Amino acid sequence: MPHIILIGVNHKTAPVELREKLSFSREETLAALKELKQHPDIEEVLIFSTCNRTEILYVSGSDSSVDDVTAFISAQKHIRVSEFVSALYVLHRNEAVHHIFRVASSLDSMMVGEPQILGQVKQAYRTAVEVGASGVLLNRMMHKAFSVAKQVRKETGIGDNAVSISYAAVELANKIFSDLSAKSVLLLGAGEMAELAVEHLMSHNVKQVLVANRTFENAVILAEKFRGQAMGFEERESALAEVDIIISSTGATQYVITADQVKKAMKKRQYRTLFFIDIAVPRDIDPKINALSHAYVYDIDDLKTIVASNIQQREQETVKAERIVAQAVVKFRKWLDSLAIVPTIKAINDKMTTIVEMECDKTLAHLEHLSEQDRAAIRRMTQAIASRAIHDPILFLKNTGSHRDDSLYLNVTRQLFNLDVSEEQ
Amino acid sequence: MMNGLQTAGTMMQFAFLLYLVSLAGYLFYLVYQKEPVHRASIYLITAGVFVHFAGIVVMGITLGNLPVHNLVQSLSMAALAFGGMFLFVQYKFHLKMLGLFAAIILSGTMLGAMVLPDTQVVPNEILKGFWFYCHILLVFTGDAALGLACGAGILYLLQEKGIKAKTPGFFFKRLPSLDFLDLVSHACIVTGFFLLTFGLITGFVYAKAIWGRFWSWDFKEVFSLGAWLVYAVLIHLRLYSGWRGRKSAVMTIIGFAIIIFTFLGVNMFLGGHHQEFTK
Repeated sequence: MPHIILIGVNHKTAPVELREKLSFSREETLAALKELKQHPDIEEVLIFSTCNRTEILYVSGSDSSVDDVTAFISAQKHIRVSEFVSALYVLHRNEAVHHIFRVASSLDSMMVGEPQILGQVKQAYRTAVEVGASGVLLNRMMHKAFSVAKQVRKETGIGDNAVSISYAAVELANKIFSDLSAKSVLLLGAGEMAELAVEHLMSHNVKQVLVANRTFENAVILAEKFRGQAMGFEERESALAEVDIIISSTGATQYVITADQVKKAMKKRQYRTLFFIDIAVPRDIDPKINALSHAYVYDIDDLKTIVASNIQQREQETVKAERIVAQAVVKFRKWLDSLAIVPTIKAINDKMTTIVEMECDKTLAHLEHLSEQDRAAIRRMTQAIASRAIHDPILFLKNTGSHRDDSLYLNVTRQLFNLDVSEEQ
Repeated sequence: MMNGLQTAGTMMQFAFLLYLVSLAGYLFYLVYQKEPVHRASIYLITAGVFVHFAGIVVMGITLGNLPVHNLVQSLSMAALAFGGMFLFVQYKFHLKMLGLFAAIILSGTMLGAMVLPDTQVVPNEILKGFWFYCHILLVFTGDAALGLACGAGILYLLQEKGIKAKTPGFFFKRLPSLDFLDLVSHACIVTGFFLLTFGLITGFVYAKAIWGRFWSWDFKEVFSLGAWLVYAVLIHLRLYSGWRGRKSAVMTIIGFAIIIFTFLGVNMFLGGHHQEFTK
């Protein structure tokens, strides 16, 4: 009986340098899938590679294939086995299924609950399907993984809370403004976190990005990056009348935007709301501005507080999500077990017997003139017809030896005879 | 005639029940955020409004008049107007939590209509005619829209408080953006103000026809005009002095408080020729 094996490294077991060396681009994945498929012990295979993990998931008849796959990684990525073997994890059967369900549900992510991972898993699956490397087991398993991930997202609050500063800022912007695509952003200064926040806002299609910097060249460079517009640092006050979100991250020792400036600008902008995100330390935005109506100021500490409470909430949701995943693994296991030959034959027999008995009862109930012997003869005959009818299919199933994928035929059989109804849900 | 009234009464009780169940649904949704429960609550409240409407139609036909001749009838009519207006706003803006506010108001008003004594109605032939019906219809729907503006205003204040205090809490996830809440509130204000304006005008026309004068310094007239002025000033200030958001939300609450007092308080404490509607 073939079983599911997963070999991989992730952000918990390997440092980024190693993960980089082991990552597969799309082209490399395609080539690797084609090659692995040729391996006599590998029936189905899927490669999942992101910046945080590289995992090879496959179905194999023998455990010895693990060494082959490890050697294959080594050869493909030109890296000695000894360099990465300590970071490698090898999971079998239930553990492998459990792992992939957790990954798809974003429980194994560096940032638990981040939503991109599901899309990446789907992409990896599509790639495997493209080259025909995925079969009955992986198809079923991956579709289960997607539905588990959806269920986790729907039934737990795991993805609800922004757990990074820049996400928290964007979430706030979304609760202040109804339509970010009609809003303009002004970036004062530069810095990783500020730029990340701008990028997140851009993914919400903000109308315009303005960049001001003490060094105008830097502003031009950043503006190019954000497909925005550079402006002089001194123009920031007049810009207050136009923009809606101000992200500030300068090295200034004094406030670069004062309450008086905002008061004046408010009149010009007809009291449309202003949202300040102050990432600088020491602060750039006068905190008094928060007391003005239609103005909201969040500094780095405020955002950190929100993030901290979000992380706490998310941990509670994680427990719920783990339970959903565990249940799904049990269900999948049941289906997998049913794919064995003996239970399938038994299920076909049971089904036929039930049908025969039911039909006999129905018919014989109207034929009261028959003797007991006649009835018994009819029952024997109908039973014999049923047995003969399924004789060849069963013989075919039993005849496993020849070089073929049993799980495929078992799956088809179960579908033809509609044997999975009870396990499906 | 008794049969008609009994049927109408049963229908209203049923509507009240639907409102109550819907309120329970909305409270559950408030805490647990299960979308199917929210949908069920909307359906319940919608069903409630239709049953309520049918009840009032039956009552109106039986009485041969618009059933607004005592406090119980007026409360029921006000609740219906509010429910109808809520459905309109709900299907236009999909502001989920407004349903909670609507369910509270509807259940509360109907509770009043259920428990208060249904006083004997003396048929009064002057309370009929086109202008009278227009007056009632416009004022009740206008007040309903202004009530919903108040509801959206309260939601705005809840959301704004958390964001301003930098402690986005229970309501942060459950309510939409400030801009949107303000938009809904404003849309309700403008609609309500428009209806109320024509409601007052038709009232004047009706008064002229019945009593021979447009204005008679009746308390209810004075307070209605006061409420109308509050909203007129609010709309003006929004356009010219940026009174949006928080200030606007506070004003909607004050304005609606005046409306409620105009509807109930004036008759109870001050009297006047509108009194018999809420006896």
